[in-house]
Amino acid sequence: MAEVAAEDKLLAALRARDESAFRALVREYHPSLVRVARIYVPTQAAAEDVAAETWLGVLNGIDRFEGRSSLRTWIFRILTNIAKTRAVRDGRTLPFSALADPARVPEAAVDADRFLDPEHPRWPGHWALKPEPWPEDALLAAETRERLAEAIEALPATQRAVISLRDVEGWSSEEVRNALDLSETNQRVLLHRARSKVRAALEEYLNEAGT
Amino acid sequence: MITDAEQLSCQELVELVTDYLEDALPEEERLRFEDHISRCGACTIYVEQIRETISLLGRLPEDALSPEAERELLEAFQGWKRG
Repeated sequence: MAEVAAEDKLLAALRARDESAFRALVREYHPSLVRVARIYVPTQAAAEDVAAETWLGVLNGIDRFEGRSSLRTWIFRILTNIAKTRAVRDGRTLPFSALADPARVPEAAVDADRFLDPEHPRWPGHWALKPEPWPEDALLAAETRERLAEAIEALPATQRAVISLRDVEGWSSEEVRNALDLSETNQRVLLHRARSKVRAALEEYLNEAGT
Repeated sequence: MITDAEQLSCQELVELVTDYLEDALPEEERLRFEDHISRCGACTIYVEQIRETISLLGRLPEDALSPEAERELLEAFQGWKRG
């Protein structure tokens, strides 16, 4: 309820053309808008453009916004529409399948060669190379944070958007589904793949650091 | 009691971790997951690493808006305000 009240207040301030309200909104959502735009357009610069155009759409539409969805969901819908339109205009094939049906292309959370054969007589599908506990002090090191950020950047754009919103920014799964127009299952598949890869990257780094 | 034939392998378990943490596993599957974890040290470590990964991600600084982008957006705002 507190959130709804805060949103009503923000909305009223925006409609009153209050710059500080707009600044607060932009600071909160612009970086996420750029990340999500990267799903649809090929470069960071194009994603920045789409996000900037989104803000104009927000301002031009704010007096007509009816509050049937949250302000956040509405802003991300505007972004998605602009990004899709631009991708079509630029003659790009859209990675819609990546959002609509990520499970179509299977991806293992952990390399198959880490496990014994599924037909192994005694230990089918058991770990061949077990994970080792991570040293607490290394986890907190600044360099580990850098590796973590690099691992996120290396993800495909759809997975990067989902893990950034969920785990870095702390959105709920419902909020992410609404913003990206994803089914519950697909949101989970993308999150699963992203988390699995980031864990693997951390493991690789921490194993190296530990030896 | 979960029989051998119903047991998850470690390779199967790692694919269910997100569903488990999201509380999206059907009851029976959740029990098989927890049964496996209770008897498998390596998978316990694996799940712990996923939790640690999530916790580290939550402590990353969120991307900040660059001052340059903020200035441009505020200019656009002023343009809109003037109509």
